[in-house]
Amino acid sequence: MKDLSKNASRILTAVALAGFAVFLWLAYKGIALGPYEARIVRLSGIYAIAALSMNLINGFTGQFSLGQAGFMALGAYTTSLLVIPPEAKESLYWVEPINPFVRNLQAPFLVALIAGGLMASFFAFFIGFPVLRLKGDYLAIATLGFSEIIRIFITNLIPITNGPVGLKNIPSTANILWTSLSCAAIVVLLLRLMKTSYGRTFKAIRDDEVAAEAMGISLFKHKLMSFLLSAFIAGISGGLLASVVGAITPAYFRFTLAYEILLIVVLGGQGSITGSVVGAIILSVSKEWLRFLDSGFNLLFFRVPEIAGLRMLVFSLLLMAIILFYRRGLFGSREFSWNSIYRPIAFLINKIRKPKKEAGDDSA
Amino acid sequence: MIKVENLRVNYGSIEAVRGISFDVPDGGISTLIGANGAGKSTTLKAICGLIKPASGEILFNGESIGGKDTVAIVSKGISLVPEGRKIFADLTVLENLKIGAYLRKDSLKDDIDWVYSLFPRLEERHWQLGGTLSGGEQQMLAVGRALMSRPKLLMMDEPSLGLAPLIVSDIFSIIKEINSKGVTILLVEQNANMALKTADVGYVMETGEITLSGSGQSLLENDAVRAAYLGT
Repeated sequence: MKDLSKNASRILTAVALAGFAVFLWLAYKGIALGPYEARIVRLSGIYAIAALSMNLINGFTGQFSLGQAGFMALGAYTTSLLVIPPEAKESLYWVEPINPFVRNLQAPFLVALIAGGLMASFFAFFIGFPVLRLKGDYLAIATLGFSEIIRIFITNLIPITNGPVGLKNIPSTANILWTSLSCAAIVVLLLRLMKTSYGRTFKAIRDDEVAAEAMGISLFKHKLMSFLLSAFIAGISGGLLASVVGAITPAYFRFTLAYEILLIVVLGGQGSITGSVVGAIILSVSKEWLRFLDSGFNLLFFRVPEIAGLRMLVFSLLLMAIILFYRRGLFGSREFSWNSIYRPIAFLINKIRKPKKEAGDDSA
Repeated sequence: MIKVENLRVNYGSIEAVRGISFDVPDGGISTLIGANGAGKSTTLKAICGLIKPASGEILFNGESIGGKDTVAIVSKGISLVPEGRKIFADLTVLENLKIGAYLRKDSLKDDIDWVYSLFPRLEERHWQLGGTLSGGEQQMLAVGRALMSRPKLLMMDEPSLGLAPLIVSDIFSIIKEINSKGVTILLVEQNANMALKTADVGYVMETGEITLSGSGQSLLENDAVRAAYLGT
């Protein structure tokens, strides 16, 4: 059985991308999807970006960091404060008056997004110095702790962040094009990065720190680089999230958000870029699709009554089933290839065509 | 090339290396032999900066390198083949080799060709993930990877560990070939017989101290060494 040729794979990829572009355009024009479905696609893109950010530091560099929620919060607040108009901001801050400097800050959405990413990187730089000397579970606990510290600061810096009340009226600039194209840009960035010597170095550190150090690799420098880039991407995803949901509070960025992203990374496969994207789509879509479970439904001849939370129960069972059959996530540390679809199909076709010969081969 | 003076290394309160002194002559093959826990691997790690020495001096071509950063030491031309090979399992063979040349900025083609000529198996499998190689092939890759930094001194920690006897003799003949290209070699081995036959100079380590030294041949004939390490 032969694999697909490189050219065939390329053509398939090009066709798929073109199809996706057409779909995006139709969705953007409101033809292909309703607003509810479009929102799910937008959230999938954002979750994919957040998962990619976590995959960079966890899956590719091997540093178990759980600080993503904090970096997303920094990105979300920075972006929101830059895009909400000054008058709208003023009316939001009823607990304490808004800091006049923050009131007058304004930027276009793209600049605000990048500022959100940079803000997250800036904090990551200072957090990275003490915590990146830790390893494994200790690093996870320390980054989780710092993420909570960020959230508590946001809760209490009322003149700047409006405290626990949060921010509202965030312009919903991040339409389906924004989220999908940002996600695509970050996928391309990471795919290319992994082909450079930096990507190799990150993976070498993940595989064996002692050997990497013996090669003359500065472990701390590369861990910090990966951590900063990861925080930047998380900040971008936070900014997009704020724009899609329209209202944010510090409670939104609890550590449960980090777990949810970790779930996507593990589901898709640690060290697989396409895996994170597929994982994010599966997670966002299935969580919505399973909603019918909560409101009562007919199971064959039996009427299942309304049980709140049944959706999450089934969702958890599904996840467990996936992890049981795919121990290293759906993609492992590999990327998606057309051959992974083609091979089983070709195998089946072969079986159907000449079942007797196959059996003869086995006995020989 | 390397001159170690009164080197002491501790792990917490445990003294792993207790004031050893030895020379690695330029252009030769030197070996440290000894039982488990004698402090051989610790000595190598201290030379390339993976562990900081508690006291003592390490001179590389007359320059003190004791306690320096691994990055600084590797860039001076010292390369380590770590114990247990420690190849990067999820990188391909070629990527492993490229990581070995991490500190170099010039063209790698000649060196990759040289490593492939030493180990033709690696060329056949250059696209394969390091973790899927057999033990012997992984050892070849670990040696090839260490050579990619164009070291003046190549330190090898137990290159024969866990390998079939036939492959062990292959590895040792390649060590001689590498040495003949002008690379000084410091070899740590439990396979005392092979190591002493190959080496110009040998040192015997016991519980953190050097108890015997001499040419490889003279140690092979030494009664104490024969009784303790060669089983004859």
